[in-house]
Amino acid sequence: MNSKVGIIIGREYMERVTKKSFIITTILMPLLMLALMFTPILIAEFSEGDSRKLVVIDESGVIAPQMQSTSIYEIVPADSSWQQMLETEAADAVVIIPPAAIEGNAPVELLTNGASSMNLETALTSQINSIIEQTRLKAYNIDNLDTIISSIHSDISLISRQYNADSDNKESSTMLSYALGMVLTMLLYMCLLLYGQMVMTSIIEEKTNRVLELVVSSVKPMQIMLGKICGIGLVAVTQILIWTALIAAMSAFLLPALLPADMTSEIAAMNSGSADMSAMSTDVGVLQAVSMLSDVGYILRLFGLLLLFLVGGFMLYAAIYAAIGSSVDNIQDAGQLQSVVIFPVIIGIIFGMTAAADPTSSLSVVMSIVPFTSPMVMMARIPYDIPGWQIIASLVVLYASFFVMVWLAGKIYRVGIFMYGKKPSFKELVRWMRYK
Amino acid sequence: MNNILEVENVGKTFGSHRALDNVSLQIPRGQVYGLLGPNGAGKTTLIRIINHITAPDTGSVTFDGHRLTQDDVAHIGYLPEERGLYKKMKVGEQAIFFARLKGLSRTEAVGELKKWFERFGISEWWNRKVEELSKGMAQKVQFIVTVLHRPKLLIFDEPFSGFDPINANLLRDEILRLKSEGATVIFSTHNMASVEEICDNITLINKGRNVLTGNVEQIRRDFTRGKYSLTFNGDASRLVKELEPMISSYTLDLQPSGAMKLDLGLAPEIETRPLIAKANELVDILSFNPAMASMNDIFISVVGSSNQES
Repeated sequence: MNSKVGIIIGREYMERVTKKSFIITTILMPLLMLALMFTPILIAEFSEGDSRKLVVIDESGVIAPQMQSTSIYEIVPADSSWQQMLETEAADAVVIIPPAAIEGNAPVELLTNGASSMNLETALTSQINSIIEQTRLKAYNIDNLDTIISSIHSDISLISRQYNADSDNKESSTMLSYALGMVLTMLLYMCLLLYGQMVMTSIIEEKTNRVLELVVSSVKPMQIMLGKICGIGLVAVTQILIWTALIAAMSAFLLPALLPADMTSEIAAMNSGSADMSAMSTDVGVLQAVSMLSDVGYILRLFGLLLLFLVGGFMLYAAIYAAIGSSVDNIQDAGQLQSVVIFPVIIGIIFGMTAAADPTSSLSVVMSIVPFTSPMVMMARIPYDIPGWQIIASLVVLYASFFVMVWLAGKIYRVGIFMYGKKPSFKELVRWMRYK
Repeated sequence: MNNILEVENVGKTFGSHRALDNVSLQIPRGQVYGLLGPNGAGKTTLIRIINHITAPDTGSVTFDGHRLTQDDVAHIGYLPEERGLYKKMKVGEQAIFFARLKGLSRTEAVGELKKWFERFGISEWWNRKVEELSKGMAQKVQFIVTVLHRPKLLIFDEPFSGFDPINANLLRDEILRLKSEGATVIFSTHNMASVEEICDNITLINKGRNVLTGNVEQIRRDFTRGKYSLTFNGDASRLVKELEPMISSYTLDLQPSGAMKLDLGLAPEIETRPLIAKANELVDILSFNPAMASMNDIFISVVGSSNQES
């Protein structure tokens, strides 16, 4: 009896895993994610050459001599009237500083050829502000002003470690946890919807081409449904496992090899607590992130939990998708019924994002235990090393509800696969559950 | 145990629709048993109950001497009317998949399948995908998959649909061969000519009820008892008028040859001889035969009258 489910699982699994598209996406996806991570850096690199030519008309006569070109704008001398320069495009922008700029807060005027930009305005305001501040400070005639300023300048780094009475305090990077939380939530969200919909469309297909009529003469409908869900679920698990292996391999071998030697030693020093933070060459936040990422145990734990929540969440949603798929004849009819799935998933992703920013708020804790949203919300919290009992409670509730859902879906499925024609209403679906 | 299958007082209701209403039938071992009925009569529901796909609300099904269980489907082969295959799967792999679902091991399945593929002349299709197959080819694969595990009971629902006459013959011969090897066949169809040809017994279902059960020959004979057809040349209206007291019903037809044909039912207590004598006085009799009702006529008449009753 169970071997029949096994045969069906095998068929569903092999059909998908041997597809070219599966192999390609499984290998390309991590590369794509890497590319996505490096794109902002690349964009920053390339946009640097694109600085604007700026003419400074300083009616106060104090600010202009101190202004310097930056990566965003380049100061060019005004060799003709600024109106003419703008018209001939010898300058992209003109900034006019009023005579009373130092004394009062008179507005500074910026005229641009075409649209202005956020970057330009921010950079300009901040430079002019700091020049005005320094000029005003100098007016007080304090001796050794430069020395005083540099000695009072502060730029602290926050090293956050989670307190742990039993062992060494763990290094944790909030920045990285946040990023990981977001990524994992999105990943789960995508898996649930993509693979859930795969269950639905493949059931609709089997139903409309009537191959189910043949299968059902050997296997109970419930077993067919279970076989389908498990088979496709295994495909999802396979994909995640391959990604885990690739990422773990990367963090174990590739990352240490790529890191500059001094950075590696700094991480070691920081982890042993013997580091002199002020002497470090790299930003502490980055060090912590790298340190966490190259901790293979942490990565494996993360993906292990991801798998557990993926399986639980997938089974829960796939069961609903299976019930929907069995009750309609074509994908168009499924649209309205699908909202039953899409709605809680969207809620889940919204609360997941909130939870990534604030993982310990009571709302986040509750939503990470409620079954429909728990996979997404919990995955956003897990990178933060939250209490173990919450994870266990969430898993227990999730798995219990997927058992109930699979049972209910099976009741709809066994009736639905033989119903052709009219799209059923929710009321009819409930009535099907009661058929003997 | 003489009957392979006994269905007793089976009832099934979907919402407010009574799909089966106290249906009983016995299917003797080694026969071809016709399960007939108009569209929507409940045949498919009954077949699904026999196949243990759906459970009856009331009544019981006995298979091979015991109450039907899920394990029995390994001894049943069912070819549904609406049937399909996985389009993207290769023919051979697919056939193995279905065979394994019926409990065969992979090696058993491959061995048996090779034989059947050869017999049907489709061995070269083994590694092709189903979507490349013609409809007839796919039908052959479905037939093989249904009979491969040597079931005791075979259920064919419109097996000949989609087959050309040559392949339909091939299929009919295979069905009769399986019967001669001891299998029992339930045969559901709207093609009444094939029922006359291959069925031993039939059950006719209408609106969820068993309205006629019995041996095909017997039914056809019973149905035509007291019914005759008379072909003649002469004055038809006068003949009918004169014969009126002796007949209970009649229809009059003009034959293509120009002769008239009177199909009549004898009135109670009337013998054929005086009727023939009377007719002989009035017209030139060309022939006088007992009418042989076709299953088609029986089907239409029985379903029609049972529709009027309800």
